[in-house]
Amino acid sequence: MPRSRLLQLGAVGVAAGFFSGLFGVGGGVVVVPLLILWFGYGEREAAGTSLVAILVAAVFAVTLQAIYGNVHVDDGLLIGIPAVGGVLAGTALQQRLSGAIIRLLFSVLLVVTAVLLVVRA
Amino acid sequence: MIGVILIGFAAGMLAGLLGIGGGALFVPALALIVGLSQVDAQATSLLAIVPVALVGAWRQHRYGNLRLGDGIRIGVFAIPAALVGVVIVNAIPQRITEFLFAALLVYIAWTLARGALQELRGGDGRTLQHDDDDDTTRPA
Repeated sequence: MPRSRLLQLGAVGVAAGFFSGLFGVGGGVVVVPLLILWFGYGEREAAGTSLVAILVAAVFAVTLQAIYGNVHVDDGLLIGIPAVGGVLAGTALQQRLSGAIIRLLFSVLLVVTAVLLVVRA
Repeated sequence: MIGVILIGFAAGMLAGLLGIGGGALFVPALALIVGLSQVDAQATSLLAIVPVALVGAWRQHRYGNLRLGDGIRIGVFAIPAALVGVVIVNAIPQRITEFLFAALLVYIAWTLARGALQELRGGDGRTLQHDDDDDTTRPA
């Protein structure tokens, strides 16, 4: 991998981590559009690759939170197990949508996120 | 409890469709319905994100949509940056930065949507990549 590409990927990671630490938004909100607009990823590739980045960061963060005793395993499973069913359905549905539709849906997600940031107390 | 299960499923759908973790729905559900504190809700949300991201990434790999190495590199760089963000958030006026970031998100949304709308109308809305995954919107 060329050094410049590694630096670009690093910049995406830094931006995602920084904004999620700063505003509590998920890293995917930053990673997916950057992969599409900056790296020329297809929408499906951007979504899949974003999930890997989220996985790496979340494993680290949840370990840290568990050490502090903040993780409720039973509640995490209660909401996480149906979510696994949801992600199976969501990835399957995504394969049937055109890239343009996925991008439009993502735009809506970004606007909703922006509104929630501004209106929350 | 049914509410939590339904929201969990919806969060997973969004995660699969859009490549986000689902925390945007997990955290409010855990705080407002289950009644966890904000800190515990965020920590517990991370636990739920792990299997969602794992299964979602695995499915996308099977569909041929994963660049594993890129994803790992982005995630590794995100970790120290997140720690810096947490430190800074406790040191600066939050509202101004929230407005600025919200404006940035709307701008990115517009950029994504503009290309997508052109593509749906039949033109090539992409400027930075080949239209390699979409055979339904070619001009007649």
